[in-house]
Amino acid sequence: MHESFNLDAAFTAMADPTRRAILARLAKGEATVTQLTKPFEMTQPAISQHLKVLEDAGLIAQRVDGTKRPRRLAKAGIDAMDQWLGMLRKALEKNYDRLDEVLANMEQHKKGAKR
Amino acid sequence: MSRLTLKTEGDTHIIVTRRFAAPPEAVYRAHTDPKLIQKWMLGPEGWTMPVCINEAKAGGKFRYEWTNAKGQGFHITGEFLELTPYSRIVHVERMHLPDPTPENHVETKFEPDGTGTLMTMRMTLPDAATRAAMLKTGMEHGMEASYVRLEGII
Repeated sequence: MHESFNLDAAFTAMADPTRRAILARLAKGEATVTQLTKPFEMTQPAISQHLKVLEDAGLIAQRVDGTKRPRRLAKAGIDAMDQWLGMLRKALEKNYDRLDEVLANMEQHKKGAKR
Repeated sequence: MSRLTLKTEGDTHIIVTRRFAAPPEAVYRAHTDPKLIQKWMLGPEGWTMPVCINEAKAGGKFRYEWTNAKGQGFHITGEFLELTPYSRIVHVERMHLPDPTPENHVETKFEPDGTGTLMTMRMTLPDAATRAAMLKTGMEHGMEASYVRLEGII
């Protein structure tokens, strides 16, 4: 299991549509490679390669269940991505709403100073 | 008119536009005066910027530190490349979480728009993959539902 979270690797990992789809699938619950191979119409090695990229990026984790190794989302990776990316989008909207107020106050001060 | 627009250009750019009901001089000052920056560049509710160091000159550095009531925090460092009062700011920045994110090159323009200002911010990310990840996972509404769903199951 990956304890460290590498944002660059996470970005690269999530830039691929198949890997995003895998993450979306894992958001519904853990799944084995076989279970993941079916809906994506890809070979098992291809899916395994995608899973390795996601795991190296700290976004997913696996556990051992007999001969199976079901994958699930890793909390640290998703939290960190969510925190930053969510913040980035919200920050812009929130920031500029606040900036509107700052600018309105600046204008009022200017008018007040002129009087 | 005041709504934020966000679109992509080429492989590595993100263009953000926003209109403000104040002249370019005021909007420019609000982007370069630390005392003003601390009032608005705060992100989501609950965050403050206790540290705002800003040398608004070409080659000058800046450092913004945010914190919230839970004691969480992060910071951005950057350098100003060009400043043209009151029309243009060019800088590079990266966020520290604490590992630095890929570098974001940002050009911010302020143009007169009637009695107000049209701000155009052009971000350039190092590569298409970084931008794609930034946009498709964070800045589009599609993933928001996913993240809400994720919160429930993790």
